[in-house]
Amino acid sequence: MAQLTYRAAVARGIAQEMERDERVVLLGEDVAKAGGVFKTTEGLYDRFGPTRVFDTPISEQAITGAVMGAAMNGLIPIGELMFSDFLAVCWDIVANQIAKTRYMTDGQISLPLVLRCANGGGTRFGGQHSQSLENWAMAVPGLKVLAPSTPFDMVGLMAAAIRDPDPVVVFEHKKLFATKQDVPEGEIVERLGVATVPRRGSDVTIVALAAMVPVALEAAETLAEQGVSAEVIDLRSLVPLDTATLLESVTRTGRLITVEENPRLCGWGAEISSIVAEEAMWDLDGPIVRVTTPHIPLPAAAEIEDLAIPSADQVVAAVLTTA
Amino acid sequence: MEQRCILDPEGNLISEAPVGLDETERLFDAMLTARLYDRKCSAMQRQGRLATYAPYEGQEAAQIGSAAALRPGDWMAGTYRDAAAMWMHGYPFVNLLLFRMGDERGGCPPEDVFILPPSITVGGHMIHAVGLAWASLIKGDDRVAITYFGDGATSEGDFHEAMNFAAVYETPTIFVCQNNQYAISMSREGQTRSATIAGKADAYGMPGVLVDGNDVLAMLAVTTEAVDRARSGGGPTLIEAFTYRAGPHTTTDDPLRYRPAEEVDEWSHRDPIVRVRRYLQHNGRWDHDREQTVLDGVAAAIEAAVAEAEATDPYTAIEVFEAMYAEPTPVLKAQRDALLRDQGSA
Ligand SMILES: Cc1ncc(C[n+]2csc(CCOP(=O)(O)OP(=O)(O)O)c2C)c(N)n1
Repeated sequence: MAQLTYRAAVARGIAQEMERDERVVLLGEDVAKAGGVFKTTEGLYDRFGPTRVFDTPISEQAITGAVMGAAMNGLIPIGELMFSDFLAVCWDIVANQIAKTRYMTDGQISLPLVLRCANGGGTRFGGQHSQSLENWAMAVPGLKVLAPSTPFDMVGLMAAAIRDPDPVVVFEHKKLFATKQDVPEGEIVERLGVATVPRRGSDVTIVALAAMVPVALEAAETLAEQGVSAEVIDLRSLVPLDTATLLESVTRTGRLITVEENPRLCGWGAEISSIVAEEAMWDLDGPIVRVTTPHIPLPAAAEIEDLAIPSADQVVAAVLTTA
Repeated sequence: MEQRCILDPEGNLISEAPVGLDETERLFDAMLTARLYDRKCSAMQRQGRLATYAPYEGQEAAQIGSAAALRPGDWMAGTYRDAAAMWMHGYPFVNLLLFRMGDERGGCPPEDVFILPPSITVGGHMIHAVGLAWASLIKGDDRVAITYFGDGATSEGDFHEAMNFAAVYETPTIFVCQNNQYAISMSREGQTRSATIAGKADAYGMPGVLVDGNDVLAMLAVTTEAVDRARSGGGPTLIEAFTYRAGPHTTTDDPLRYRPAEEVDEWSHRDPIVRVRRYLQHNGRWDHDREQTVLDGVAAAIEAAVAEAEATDPYTAIEVFEAMYAEPTPVLKAQRDALLRDQGSA
């Protein structure tokens, strides 16, 4: 097995599917010769050429709109938005058009497309280039939403997103780009809507996503030293959501903590908490706790950005103070 | 479309200068200052003292010449690459540096300076300049608004909407496109099939001017015309400053991945500072010692600004919460207190 970075896993997942299906094309700003500003599409242009990999003008509306049009006419397009923050620039096309087309054609028109974007903070990029916006996409009926946390998952979920008949938004976390993992050779295809349990435990369930997964795992390690057995769930997919894994875990541990990088109000953890409160109230042994960024944009200054984003210490404290 | 040019690359006047030699010397000094500041920022970024930085080397004439055409109360809305224009129009180095250090207080100029914080999202600010100018029109004051953006920004829908809105309402807006030939790795030709960017003005019903952006006198002349027209009720203008980004897109970019070294070399012969130096020299107004004295003075001023910025008390989490709304909401207050408790216990 070879080590693969999360960054290279993006290109590998895309390449695997481009190789398999010639309808798959990639477009976005600086994705071709330059290999993407985060180097996530490196090598794809050389391998698949100018008829499959396209640099676009700086036009997020045109990128998403063209992806939508092409998806209706037989291609499987992958559109890159350099930063998830730019979803705001093309939100009409994403939320009003891409998301609603199947429904508004009575299920007749399928949009097998993928929108990818670099998401999340911890990189000192300031309030307009650091947001964790999975919640925005999750709030729109008709979109599927993925946020992988490991190189393996990135390959497999990217492939699954490309093969999916519906529009899928893939959030790639900037803070994870350099992380590595041994990933087997050969085809990898995961399933949407299946959470993983990277750590088993019996006292408390910690639910996390993307860059908060390593934070949750670090917290679990510390908790273990203090005699608390924490289970960590990596949701991976917000839509569809794996409520079975969630509820099974919480009914066993009796405790729920969510760890979210997004601003607090209406974060995905609120949805998780409400599901657990509605479905597993009588199995809970203590209050549900959400650890989130406060309801602020992420500061550009290093120290306060670090302070704002949930840390393992905060997660540990949240578990211990409500035990 | 002809490119307006007043000073050729050899420093020869090929049409009438808009200002005399004293004023030209002032512009020259301003460009020297801008270049030194730019290089200082790149160096500080490498030392880890600034966050990502977008150098403007090569574009000093485009920014200094156009900003010099403004009056103090005029509005300015630029991008991450327009610090020279911002400084020329009164934004202090300290504030610019704080901004690059991640200190949100750097996003706010002194009270009598009317400049928006640099736009990080490509394109959106062009429309803000339309709104600023429109309000001046409605209020009946005579301020104009200038907005800076790149060739790449003209591909955003924002460009179309800003241009159209400005023309329809005849707002006193001056659109300055610094066509530096690249948008990160994308060449100008890949960005638009339009022969020129200035030519796009036609479709909106406003004047479009193509100008040698490395010619500070031409920049001053065309911007002055546009400003005068705007101030006297003649509506907006689009100026395309034809120039070149000598350095990388930002401190994390490697431009040799997408553009040939020969091209960079070719443009280096059209350096905006060199041609003014030659012009001054031809007119007996330049000597090495004077330039060195200016540079020394500028270097000292920049060092002082750096020292002041680095000695500024760090921006705190409390300030983040205070800055969110005119009055923090109860939920926000509770979150602030919780965070400070965590910070205290950490
Ligand atoms: C809406 C939006 N899309 C993409 C980006 C990423 N981005 C930052 S700068 C840039 C290139 C801009 O090129 P141009 O407008 O020509 O200005 P220049 O950087 O050359 O000064 C891009 C694509 C962004 N910041 N905002």
